[in-house]
Amino acid sequence: MFGTGASNFVEGVDKTFFIIIGIGALFLIGLTMLMLIFMIKYNKKRHPIAVQVKERMSLELTWVIIPLIIVLLMFYYGYIAYKPMREVPEGALNIKAIAKMWDFSFEYENGKESNTLVVPFNKPIKLNLFSKDIVHSFYVPAFRIKEDMVPGLKDNFMWFIPTELGKFDIMCAEYCGVRHSYMMSSVEVIPEAEYNSWITQIKKKSMKEEMKGFEILKNNACTGCHSTDGSKLVGPTFKEMFGSDVTVITEDGKEQTVKIDEEYIKNSILTPDKQVVKGFNKGLMRPYNEILKDEDIKEIIEYFKTPDED
Amino acid sequence: MEYSAIENSYFKIGNKHKGLLGWLTSTDHKRIGLMYMYAIISFFFIGGILGGVMRTELARPGQDFLSAQTYNAVFTVHGVIMIFLVVIPGLAAVFGNLFMPIMIGARDVSFPKLNLFSFYIYMLGAVLAVISLFIGKGAPDTGWTFYAPYSTQSGTNVIAAVLAAFVLGFSSILTGLNFIVTIHRLRAPGMTWFKMPLFPWSLYATAWIQLLATPIVGITLLMLVAERLFKIGFFDPNLGGDPILFQHLFWIYSHPAVYVMILPAMGVITEIIPTFAKRKVYGYKAIALSSVAIAAVGYLVWGHHMYTAGMSGTARWVFSFLTFIVAVPSAIKVFNWISTMYKGSISLEPPFYFAMAFIFNFMIGGLTGLILGSLATNIHVHDTSFVVAHFHYIVFGGMGFAFLAALHYWFPKIYGRMYNHKMANWSCVIIFIGFTTLYFPLFIIGLQGMPRRYFDYLPQFQTGHFISTIGAFILGLGFLLIFINLVRSAKKGKITTSNPWGGLTLEWQIPSPPTVENFEEIPVITEGPYEYK
Ligand code: HEM
Ligand SMILES: [Cu+2]
Ligand SMILES: [Cu+2]
Repeated sequence: MFGTGASNFVEGVDKTFFIIIGIGALFLIGLTMLMLIFMIKYNKKRHPIAVQVKERMSLELTWVIIPLIIVLLMFYYGYIAYKPMREVPEGALNIKAIAKMWDFSFEYENGKESNTLVVPFNKPIKLNLFSKDIVHSFYVPAFRIKEDMVPGLKDNFMWFIPTELGKFDIMCAEYCGVRHSYMMSSVEVIPEAEYNSWITQIKKKSMKEEMKGFEILKNNACTGCHSTDGSKLVGPTFKEMFGSDVTVITEDGKEQTVKIDEEYIKNSILTPDKQVVKGFNKGLMRPYNEILKDEDIKEIIEYFKTPDED
Repeated sequence: MEYSAIENSYFKIGNKHKGLLGWLTSTDHKRIGLMYMYAIISFFFIGGILGGVMRTELARPGQDFLSAQTYNAVFTVHGVIMIFLVVIPGLAAVFGNLFMPIMIGARDVSFPKLNLFSFYIYMLGAVLAVISLFIGKGAPDTGWTFYAPYSTQSGTNVIAAVLAAFVLGFSSILTGLNFIVTIHRLRAPGMTWFKMPLFPWSLYATAWIQLLATPIVGITLLMLVAERLFKIGFFDPNLGGDPILFQHLFWIYSHPAVYVMILPAMGVITEIIPTFAKRKVYGYKAIALSSVAIAAVGYLVWGHHMYTAGMSGTARWVFSFLTFIVAVPSAIKVFNWISTMYKGSISLEPPFYFAMAFIFNFMIGGLTGLILGSLATNIHVHDTSFVVAHFHYIVFGGMGFAFLAALHYWFPKIYGRMYNHKMANWSCVIIFIGFTTLYFPLFIIGLQGMPRRYFDYLPQFQTGHFISTIGAFILGLGFLLIFINLVRSAKKGKITTSNPWGGLTLEWQIPSPPTVENFEEIPVITEGPYEYK
């Protein structure tokens, strides 16, 4: 739990944990012992007549002042260990971290994109945090860092220096809906030389991925629930969907088989709960009538119509 | 002779109506308090079952018997029920109504009809909360915090749940108002402020929070509804709103609401310890005034829920600083409680055991609160199961155990009968063990990085989750035992005297159960409430 030291913040944070838990444990044990001793020693059987002890101002002052000093000390340590988290050093590597329901993606300075965060060992990294839909939170337990990713917030950031090679979990820590607990990724810390060659390999996007429709699907978080590779997520997959037949449940609970055509896709985007594909739940997808314009929907349909390349 | 106490009590003699109707239309503070008690215990039971359902699902990683969507609805409804229907009204509505007027030497609260009206508003809110589960497009899935913009977008039945919380707020405000006026106007002759018992003192501080903070959450929730229905952009950046604004407005209420839960709990413990230790409360004034201090400073610390939310750097440390300051009055109370036991003559009866368990749990809750208040450590454990453990230690280990302590303390006064002490002691032990097994492991996996509100989790968290689930079942057993003991004793328990514990506050000087009017003659107070000789 403690002391793995995967980032520059681990030491300071863990020291603060140690101080607060240590002092807390002393108090807890001491006061509990006192309680137990009093319960035994001043038990009615042993101590039949209570003594009305006089209040002493000095005692009361002591137990105001000592805790006050202790908590101020704790505040101070917490603040000192925290302060550097908001002070990014000059020359940090800028990476854009983007959250949407329900995945993270990363954009590097040269335009490269990835789904896991790849960073060079021992270099300061500044993550600029964005969200496309609702509030998420970027949490790397091994680094002791966490910061919410808030839609509409412009200059939200976090930074760190990875001080251990390897792969570490990233988890979404702010509740964000049905797949919140699957909104994970990882940070891969690799030697700088390896990083330099990795960053220059930019995979060419497939023709289909270059389409405007795909961009729209990604930007509106459609792909968070609908896969493009055939796997089943919250909603049905988009792969080879166009033109196929599906069984749907209508609003009044009837089963119907329909062919997926332009009309059906449009309706599914604007009023998703009117016809829900059998095996999936209603109420999960919001109606997109105020968000997607007609042109957007046209582009999306164009994308669906395009067959996969290989 | 003693049996006629029950015959002549508020239990048997109501208003002009008979039977159930006599209860439902009663403006007697004791009957209203008891109706709150039955309602709140029922909701606690439902909420507890939902908690058990979650724990069962979490025993192993992967999906067992709930879908992710259902799980999210379950923790939302569990949270809404426990917070808005159980702990916020909790002690004030039940034991405040039952005993505060008696303890200050009054025949009733200042506005008895308003009091009954608050009860019905509470029930209306409760019904709305239950309805939100069944109508529309599925139970709400936002968490009880309703964070925007998810709550403005989720397709589920958020509006009904939000309106329930809104309506419940009114019940809280009106009860607060009623208590403030009662405590100002109806104290018995000679009962100066510093001759008033400390449970009413804690209710007084609580009532001001209820009165002043609740409207803020009311407005916030209405803004949310307006945004959902009319697309007015308060919180959703797509509409030009600010999501962090919602969090501020929400916590400006909901942090003080934590004190609405815990202050009366502290008040209960402050009544119980002197009665069983036969000692004057050590530091009476310090306890009375620290309640007020907690209520006041408690207003200014809401931002400690938002260190990672994107607030300015200055706001972050100021909120941290104030949070540490507010810890001090709570610590003072613990010292005072323990000093009150010093050189006492302690009878180890069930309410006292519950009170000791309270102090222990409350210390853990408070000390882990310091970890959450400190900036560096908060960043790591915020929104993890560490927080889940921390607030359960406060609301359940604290307020919940105080409720049980109060129930066992005042039970003979309420019903005029006594329960089985041995069984009560055992249930205290079992509940304590169950509680610790349930929540302590969550601190550990929280430190390891287990995020909260996760339907599924990585394998490294499995041991902790599994132990925790076992604890939930032990806890359930403990509650079953209490339930059997108390229900049986309420009907058939041994008839008790008017003052079985030898307490000095006014409720122990009148018959058990009290008569409708409480006092034949309003007493004249000449000394402090805890002058044990
Ligand atoms: C009966 C025993 C209880 C069990 C087994 C239990 C269990 C749980 C569990 C598993 C969670 C979900 C944690 C997460 O995933 O983040 C939870 C959340 C919560 N519980 Fe409990 N709990 C119990 C009693 C209580 C009590 C007595 C209260 C209040 C007095 C309470 C208040 C809450 C709140 C406010 C939440 C947060 C809901 C949310 O995240 O939106 N619980 N509880
Ligand atoms: Cu999330
Ligand atoms: Cu708070």
